[in-house]
Amino acid sequence: MNTGRFGKGLVAGGVIHGGRQGVFCLMIATLAPGAPLALSLHLAVRRNRRQSVARMAGTPSDTDASKVGVATSGIQGRALDDLVADVAERRDRRAFGQLFDHFAPRLKAYLARSGADQATAEEVVQDVMLTLWRRAEQFDRTQASVGTWIYTIARNRRIDLLRRERRPEIDPADPLLAPAPEPAADDTLLTSERERRLRGALGELPAEQAELLRMAFFDDKPHSVIAAETRLPLGTVKSRLRLAMVRLRKVLKDNL
Amino acid sequence: MSAPTDIRLGHMPEHHPEAELLVDYAAGALGEAESLVVATHLALCPDCRHEVERFEAVGGAMLQEIEPAALSAASRDAVMARLDDVIAAPEVAAARRTPPEALAGLKLPQPLRSYLGEAGPNWRRVIAGLAEHQLLAGPHRAVLLRIDPSVAMPTHTHRGREHTLVLAGGFTDAAGHYLRGDFRSTDPSITHQPVADPGEPCICLAITTAPLRLTGRLARLLNPFLR
Repeated sequence: MNTGRFGKGLVAGGVIHGGRQGVFCLMIATLAPGAPLALSLHLAVRRNRRQSVARMAGTPSDTDASKVGVATSGIQGRALDDLVADVAERRDRRAFGQLFDHFAPRLKAYLARSGADQATAEEVVQDVMLTLWRRAEQFDRTQASVGTWIYTIARNRRIDLLRRERRPEIDPADPLLAPAPEPAADDTLLTSERERRLRGALGELPAEQAELLRMAFFDDKPHSVIAAETRLPLGTVKSRLRLAMVRLRKVLKDNL
Repeated sequence: MSAPTDIRLGHMPEHHPEAELLVDYAAGALGEAESLVVATHLALCPDCRHEVERFEAVGGAMLQEIEPAALSAASRDAVMARLDDVIAAPEVAAARRTPPEALAGLKLPQPLRSYLGEAGPNWRRVIAGLAEHQLLAGPHRAVLLRIDPSVAMPTHTHRGREHTLVLAGGFTDAAGHYLRGDFRSTDPSITHQPVADPGEPCICLAITTAPLRLTGRLARLLNPFLR
């Protein structure tokens, strides 16, 4: 068995295989004895994983294309990491299909909310998912969760394709990049664990902070424009955003 | 006398963008000019880089939590059908020609460097002691500024937001002293008179979201030129 149930109906796939990762994950459980959410982690042999993932997700099979809809897939955290690894290592179409069924409807909702019409939103979704297929080797689970990685790809494609602008970003290989000092405390968390905690904390935010975060991240509007359109004082928008970020950051640093 | 350039290159920024601006950058909500100045600060500031990574993780968690929208079955079929094409033509990393590291003697980090041609900045005199090279035109304008040593800028305020990132040398205004990597935001409530440090020219990346408005005696004379 390889699922752990966390509060609020969140089911996290504690899909672990291989010795080192399993040990690391158990370490976190040990390091966080006072964690409010009980972590139940079990080792699963790799050959059982696929069935378990499919059961958890209830995802249609590769050939069952007609069923693509609002599948509220339950694939979580490390299971998603493993699916991307399968795509990277073996060009696994079935793993890709599961990633598609999980992320494509979410990406479509994101793009529609940022102003794309239905057809354009689906075009960009296709583009983002093909980017995932092409760049699966570049995914590094120690740097970001799959959700965060795909979010940044979708954000950049949105700017590129919908806004027709360039997205200026740092170049990690630039010799002039100022080197990072020691990793911060939250760096020691597994990215999938960070995401699980963040999702839990998002659900606990006061309604006005959560709504402001959705506007900030999904509506393609800087906070100054949000303030003007909602007729909220700029100072109120800023303080709500800051309060939300302080709460979210706290869950990353707690229990370490 | 000012500190040697090499020491200043290693300066860890002490003045940072506001958290909300980093959220806007992580969310992809800023226009290109504002994104450019934030991203160039990130190249010089590991702390803010890390902060943006945290905000991106928030974006990822929010994407996971969004109410999914039904997708047409045709979209899935179209993507699955194209997987083989993509394998046949793997993404070739575009051999981008980026200008050399030390461009015209300036150590400009990415992404800023790629906005300049190989020849480096083409300085245009604005007023005595101040030259600029335009990187992005439009209502949100990005320019490189070069202020001669010890020169005081005319006192001015702003019709919109302005962000200034120091790349070489330094300047002082009523709020503080700014060196390489330091980030200064101003808005219509702020009237200031930056003064460049002595010793070497102060090079800045400056973004204006609306034209500056001079408030000093030179105002009527100069305002038409600062657009």
